[in-house]
Amino acid sequence: MRYPRKGALLALPMVAALVLAGCGGGGAGSGDDSVSFYNTEPENPLLPGDTNENGGSNVVDLMWTGLYSYNPDTGKPVPQMADSVQKTSPTTYDIKIKKGWKFHDGTEVKAKNFVDSWNYTAYAPNAMVDANYLHAIKGYEDVHPEDEKAKPKTDKMSGLQVKGDYEFAVTLSAPFSTFDKQLGYEAFFPMPDQFFKAPDKEKWADHPIGNGPMKFVERRPNTYIKMTRNDGYQGSNKVKFKNVESRIYSTAEAGYQDLVSGNLDFDDTLPPLALADGKYKQDLKDHNAQKNSMTFGYLGLPQYVPQYRDPNLRKALSLAIDREQIAKQIFHGTRSPADGWVPPVMDGAQPGACGDMCKYDPAKAKEFLAKSGYKGEISISSNSDGGNKEWIEAACGSITKTLGLKCRLDMQTSFGQFNQVVRAKKNPGAFRGTWVADYPTVENFLTQLYGTGGSANKFEYSNPAFDKKLAEAAAAPDSDSGNKLYSDAEKMLKNDMPVIPLFFYNVPYGWSDKLSKGSFSLFNKPYVPGFEPAKH
Amino acid sequence: MGRYILRRLLQLIPVFFGTTLLIYVLVWLVPGDPFAGKCGDRACPPAYIEQMTHKYNLDQNIFVQYFLYLGKLFQGDFGQTYSGVDISTLIGQAYPITVRLAIIALIFEGVIGLAAGIITGLGRKRFVDNLVMISTLVLISLPVFVTGFIIQVVFGMDLGWMSVTVSSDAPWGELIAPGFVLASLSMAYVARLTRTSIKENKRADYVRTAIAKGQPQKRVIGIHLLRNSAIPVMTFLGQDLGALMGGAIVTEGVFNIKGIGGLVKQGIETKESMQVVGLVTILVLVFLVMNLIVDLLYAVLDPRIRYD
Repeated sequence: MRYPRKGALLALPMVAALVLAGCGGGGAGSGDDSVSFYNTEPENPLLPGDTNENGGSNVVDLMWTGLYSYNPDTGKPVPQMADSVQKTSPTTYDIKIKKGWKFHDGTEVKAKNFVDSWNYTAYAPNAMVDANYLHAIKGYEDVHPEDEKAKPKTDKMSGLQVKGDYEFAVTLSAPFSTFDKQLGYEAFFPMPDQFFKAPDKEKWADHPIGNGPMKFVERRPNTYIKMTRNDGYQGSNKVKFKNVESRIYSTAEAGYQDLVSGNLDFDDTLPPLALADGKYKQDLKDHNAQKNSMTFGYLGLPQYVPQYRDPNLRKALSLAIDREQIAKQIFHGTRSPADGWVPPVMDGAQPGACGDMCKYDPAKAKEFLAKSGYKGEISISSNSDGGNKEWIEAACGSITKTLGLKCRLDMQTSFGQFNQVVRAKKNPGAFRGTWVADYPTVENFLTQLYGTGGSANKFEYSNPAFDKKLAEAAAAPDSDSGNKLYSDAEKMLKNDMPVIPLFFYNVPYGWSDKLSKGSFSLFNKPYVPGFEPAKH
Repeated sequence: MGRYILRRLLQLIPVFFGTTLLIYVLVWLVPGDPFAGKCGDRACPPAYIEQMTHKYNLDQNIFVQYFLYLGKLFQGDFGQTYSGVDISTLIGQAYPITVRLAIIALIFEGVIGLAAGIITGLGRKRFVDNLVMISTLVLISLPVFVTGFIIQVVFGMDLGWMSVTVSSDAPWGELIAPGFVLASLSMAYVARLTRTSIKENKRADYVRTAIAKGQPQKRVIGIHLLRNSAIPVMTFLGQDLGALMGGAIVTEGVFNIKGIGGLVKQGIETKESMQVVGLVTILVLVFLVMNLIVDLLYAVLDPRIRYD
């Protein structure tokens, strides 16, 4: 044995030095004029056209403002950058934007920033996840051909025309009565000139420049995104705090503990331990609320599995599920039983489209089952994570108890895996699904899901009469009469039951002492401009 | 000694290639297209899926993919997550935090665990012995997340002595409680292991010889008994340090510490395979080096072991 002993002794002071050095750092307190909210890590670069999930849109919505924003309580579009959006014919719109709005780099927002941004998002080689939100615009097929191998003819949609610094015209390929209500969605946000010049868009997205109420300050991936107020902001959705932090938590439990102890200011992802017996209502007295969101949970019944084609069986299943009990016992009231295919909080929606077919009724369920003559087993596919297993087990139990049919769970390990199985039509039977509104139109809950060939029509449902009604609604002169026709289409679903409506979401959330009121939007996300500072 | 270290370091090379290949293939071969769930209930634009597939070389044979990955790795490029964040940035942020947490946990294990073990091993007090045995039994039987929640609720929320979760910079002070939680299980093992080891060696021939030679008791215990008893404990602590450096998924989750464990968990959950491969590659390297260091430390403790 030779020198190692000295080495071992040397290690000790080093550890001590590290300890001492570390103690000096940290402890930087945050000022009173800042607010933090619970978030998850954005799954895509911070670009509006590449954002389609809450983690990203919660920050993108603060850093950008489109033609409209949405009222968090009613979902109605509120004009922001839009000075006027005029429908000049069933397929053409003339859009004027307000003058003097600036991006965070000081350049003015002009009509071309909108047009260039929409073109960029739609152009196939740019591979933006939101590309198909622009499919209604004329010339979309030329920049984004349906066949993925085909080369796009051009990178500009013919339906977009800049008519001046503050005016542009949009031509649609077919009438679409609720088109203007979509214009507050992320895919329709403007982008600054420097974005288009940037050679590496992902690098650019590390320090994004928008035109919204908050400016980007700093991002530590997986940890936080810090933003500061854009003081020259002219929109009505101003933020009442100087600094906003989107904080990422690895577990809902940790976020909740932070909320209760005042380290976090807003939390809309309360963990089961807080929901059980309404514990959060005691922990957060006068600092909690619950809100219906535009989120719809359903059980899809695929047409490509022959035994599910009989509407009588579909109705029997719908009548056999005790939604009330599952909502209360498993979801602790965070879901309410669905009585239609469109959440009733939606502007222009007519509640109760499913009516008695969505109420638990064992006698009637047995009647319909007898009519269908079905005796086999039922299977439900889902991903097992995200708290899905428990309620599907309960739904299965409810079916077995009422109808005496065997019910089997087909659980996939992750959402991606589950989605892939369903898209490949390899699922043995029914499967669960969730749909969150992107923009507040009844249409948003119907065309994509049940229209023939709709992008989310995984059930291969096709009903010519229903399609005709949708086309009629799309051709309506304005969005209000359009909504009415869409609601009529919704009622037609009751005969076929392409999917069984199960739940509408009813989200509980809480806030800290720093706020006198937290705000949650019915788009199922926090609404930071609605956070009111507490008065001291 | 020098040649021994060199030999061990050279052995690391095939081990590194073998493990990374295995990890790469296993992680990417997990069924499920990573982009299948990216657009929720909607279908993703095919152009998006195609470009992402190309970016991650998923259109190539898995072994070609591996060598392309290795090629980049040797240039220090760990690749990017699907959201375009450099994985090296993520590792660079998380590793210092994990190392701090591991050091604190190791200090707890070493100081409290060893002290309790030595006191009960050498002493004859029934009460102290029972106390240590029972308290360690409690720690061993409690799952870590329970210990974590108890500490969090009692000291963080009720007494307000510490912040409930750890802030993003994770300074040393805030990591003391999580470090204790993380160390609790191993601490109990160290105490028991030390106690047993000392009790056994007390009756060893060389101890009896030392006493018979008339050496003072201090020397018998300090040099002969304790040093020999430390070998199994050292092995345990070494392995444990390797494991601690790999991050602590449960403890990090409870206290919202942004360390390596959380990154691995998040990578697996969101199918960020590139992130998982990069992290596990680093962990393999750390574990190998830790093992080497522990082996070298044996020579310090046991004069019979020589590496020449």
